[in-house]
Amino acid sequence: MLRKMFLQFTTCLCLLLTTITVARAEKILTLMTHDSFNMGKELVAAFEKENDVKLRFLKSGDAGAALVQAILAKDNPLADVFFGVDNTFLSRAITAGIFIPYSSPLLASVPAHLQLDRENRLLPLSYGDVCLNYDKEWFKKRNVTPPTDLADLLKPAYKGLTVVENPATSSPGLAFLLATIGRFGADGYVDFWKKLRANDVLVANGWKDAYYGHFTAAAKGGNRPIVVSYASSPAAAVHYAKTPLSEAPTAALVADGSAFRQIEFIGILKGGKEPELAGRLIDFMLSVPVQEDIPLQMFVFPSNSGARLPEVFVKHATVAVKPAEVAPADIEANRDKWLEAWTNAVLR
Amino acid sequence: MKTRTLLFSLPLVFLLLFYFYPLVRIVLQSFLPEGVWNPDKLENLFSASTYWRILWFTTWQAALSTVLTLLLALPGAYVFARYQFFGKNVFQALLTLPFVLPTVVTAAAFRALLGPNGLMNTWLMQGFDLAGPPIRIDQTLVFFLLAHVFYNYSLVLRIVGSYWAGLDPNLRDAAKMLGASPRQVFRRITLPLLMPAIGSAALLVFIFCFTSFGVVLILGGPGYATIEVEIYRQAVQLFNLPMAAALSLVQIAVNFLLMWLHARLSRKSQVAFIGETLAGNVERAATPGKKVLVGANLLGICLLLIAPLLALAVSSVTWEEGFTFAYYQALFTSEANSVFSVEPIRAVTNSIGFALAAMVAAVTLGLAAATFLAACRGRFASLWDAVIMLPLATSAVSLGFGYIISLNRPPINLRDSLALVVIAHTLVAFPFVVRCILPSLRQIPKSQGEAAALLGASPFQVFRWVELPIITRAILIGAVFAFSISMGEFGASAFVTRPHTFTMPVAIFRFLGQPGEMNYGQAMAMSTLLMLVTCSAFWMLAQLETWRNSPGKFLCDNKP
Repeated sequence: MLRKMFLQFTTCLCLLLTTITVARAEKILTLMTHDSFNMGKELVAAFEKENDVKLRFLKSGDAGAALVQAILAKDNPLADVFFGVDNTFLSRAITAGIFIPYSSPLLASVPAHLQLDRENRLLPLSYGDVCLNYDKEWFKKRNVTPPTDLADLLKPAYKGLTVVENPATSSPGLAFLLATIGRFGADGYVDFWKKLRANDVLVANGWKDAYYGHFTAAAKGGNRPIVVSYASSPAAAVHYAKTPLSEAPTAALVADGSAFRQIEFIGILKGGKEPELAGRLIDFMLSVPVQEDIPLQMFVFPSNSGARLPEVFVKHATVAVKPAEVAPADIEANRDKWLEAWTNAVLR
Repeated sequence: MKTRTLLFSLPLVFLLLFYFYPLVRIVLQSFLPEGVWNPDKLENLFSASTYWRILWFTTWQAALSTVLTLLLALPGAYVFARYQFFGKNVFQALLTLPFVLPTVVTAAAFRALLGPNGLMNTWLMQGFDLAGPPIRIDQTLVFFLLAHVFYNYSLVLRIVGSYWAGLDPNLRDAAKMLGASPRQVFRRITLPLLMPAIGSAALLVFIFCFTSFGVVLILGGPGYATIEVEIYRQAVQLFNLPMAAALSLVQIAVNFLLMWLHARLSRKSQVAFIGETLAGNVERAATPGKKVLVGANLLGICLLLIAPLLALAVSSVTWEEGFTFAYYQALFTSEANSVFSVEPIRAVTNSIGFALAAMVAAVTLGLAAATFLAACRGRFASLWDAVIMLPLATSAVSLGFGYIISLNRPPINLRDSLALVVIAHTLVAFPFVVRCILPSLRQIPKSQGEAAALLGASPFQVFRWVELPIITRAILIGAVFAFSISMGEFGASAFVTRPHTFTMPVAIFRFLGQPGEMNYGQAMAMSTLLMLVTCSAFWMLAQLETWRNSPGKFLCDNKP
């Protein structure tokens, strides 16, 4: 009896496995990306109809984990197109050699300073500035001037007011660390963080935890009115407000050298089954309709300068004029060292 | 014996395919990227004191969490095992809820209650006219120890409690008759008999805390890092795969040693006996002393477990100007204009679908493994026992990456299919099921089965009519945990590549990914729904159990 049951079970398992592996006849184009990716339904449908293809989305954890998985699957790629390499991981992706060049005609409308890979293996799709956000009401109520520059955080008036993310576990956290490196230099940033620690900075694990766990403008029970977030966060706070707001409850600090620009790239994976269709998908992602959809889907700025921004972005989101700069190759070469030095200065 | 060995091949094949093979592949690939051993990236492993410190911290915090959980939960287990009281089923269902909640949500609930500007502090500051918050436990050891107890309390309570309820009351009565004091009865009779269940529960709690990722990081603050966190940092942030693989192996080795030791000890200490009734020795608290005991435990449960959950539910229906249903309304009406937003009903059905699949698979495999282990008397018995537990002690990052490079060709090209999500959940859930069932299965005296066999029962009949009735309660509890683990999208599947599917935890994470009041509110509303759905599933299960047991109870009452 048991033996029979066992046999039945194995047969079922084998059948199941074969049905899963049998490829379907329909043409499929796969886009691999991180968990926070999103895009409009109608746009996807339009692309599918126009190219007679089914778009499939593969999600693989956070941006870093997704890239490592794409690199591990190098010999037998999981997808045709990959979106979500940012400039902090750019060098790693290029060195791994998992992308093939594709010079999309639409790159003509993308500003040159966003195009970090000269061979166009990775094409910029969107960008956002990581910077400090503060709770306007908190400062107004107490008659304290909000900070206007990174260096302000060290002043006694701002003691115990700031929460940042751990750069070892969070991507905005790393971006903010890079902002301080770009601003104070590879020799000066450790000193800045040591002083910031003395000024009672709080380190949270990730963005969700910092923003919804500690930031006074968003967290129940939070007590930090300054948080590391994005320059577009005030726009999101208005867009997702419970009652319509004319003014954002938070403000972003984008003074020169106080923000780090995170650029997100898309690219065609080497060895994919549909390289030609993959190119068309990239053109589509860079086209104006998709680019105009991006801001309200992921709350970042579109890379195509021809795309018009939604009203809430025009009114409440800001862009850093002069973000702090660190070259991708430097980031990959020094990440280990910088993180180690940061951890020693702030946590130990 | 033969059929049992054959049965064991089921979980063994499962482990070989979805655990050992991917793990070996990723370790080999990490250590020998081009087929050559390259120890450059490993030089820090033994020289840097950092890793020793992390290993030491991981171990002692897990041990401390386990001891604390046992101390707090054992009295609760006693109360649930021996007393009948109003709302017992509801309490039991509520207790398992922490398991399904994402860490970020739990942290938000704890902070809303105990944070610097949280409810308790606001009350205390207003009530006693204090200048600063009196409770300052955010980002401290106390906070994450509290959270570990919050997560694991039900594990101890349910595993030990169900076992306790099944203990033969005659043994206690006999000891009492011979003049033993209640204390002596507990120390000499009850405690030794309970040891297998306590050991099982303690082991699970320890491994759970040892591999803790989010809880420690979010509530304890980034100053505390476990090995699991370091593995993630090495693999993802620094792309140092050899180091990540080495640390994974250290984590596995430490836990394997512990599990093997536990298996050895529990085999030595096992006493075969049988609880004659399933629900026969449950009483109502009659004397004042007993009433206080039951009341104190329930109060403790309310404070520790129910208050944070309640705080969550409350924040899903309130905003700064009072009561609101807007978050729920938005959840059900907001136009789905992006490709990844699906109506919440779909999220609920998707979550339940995954959880049911993982539960059935975990119970099937767990039952097969436990049946084999209970009968296994060979030299390798303890070894097999420990092997079964390995998936629980393995880093999710390593295993997720292992799938990418191993399950990538027909006949098992599963690396990007939804089946992998169920498999990952099953892998973590089925050791839980084994630990729930094994103690009960071992308490059945061998003579019982032999007597039935002598009377002509086939092995299957022995299982169906002798063993199954005794272990049903344990199976149900194992099923409950398997279901919760999958409902909460337990860490195991976080690093598995999968086609996008909208489940309840995924929805919560999406809402919490953007700033804005409505996002926070909807995340809280979705968390409350997640709790409600899980809770009602468990309540139904408990009702089913009560209903199933009642005819048996009637029979016992008729005993001369």
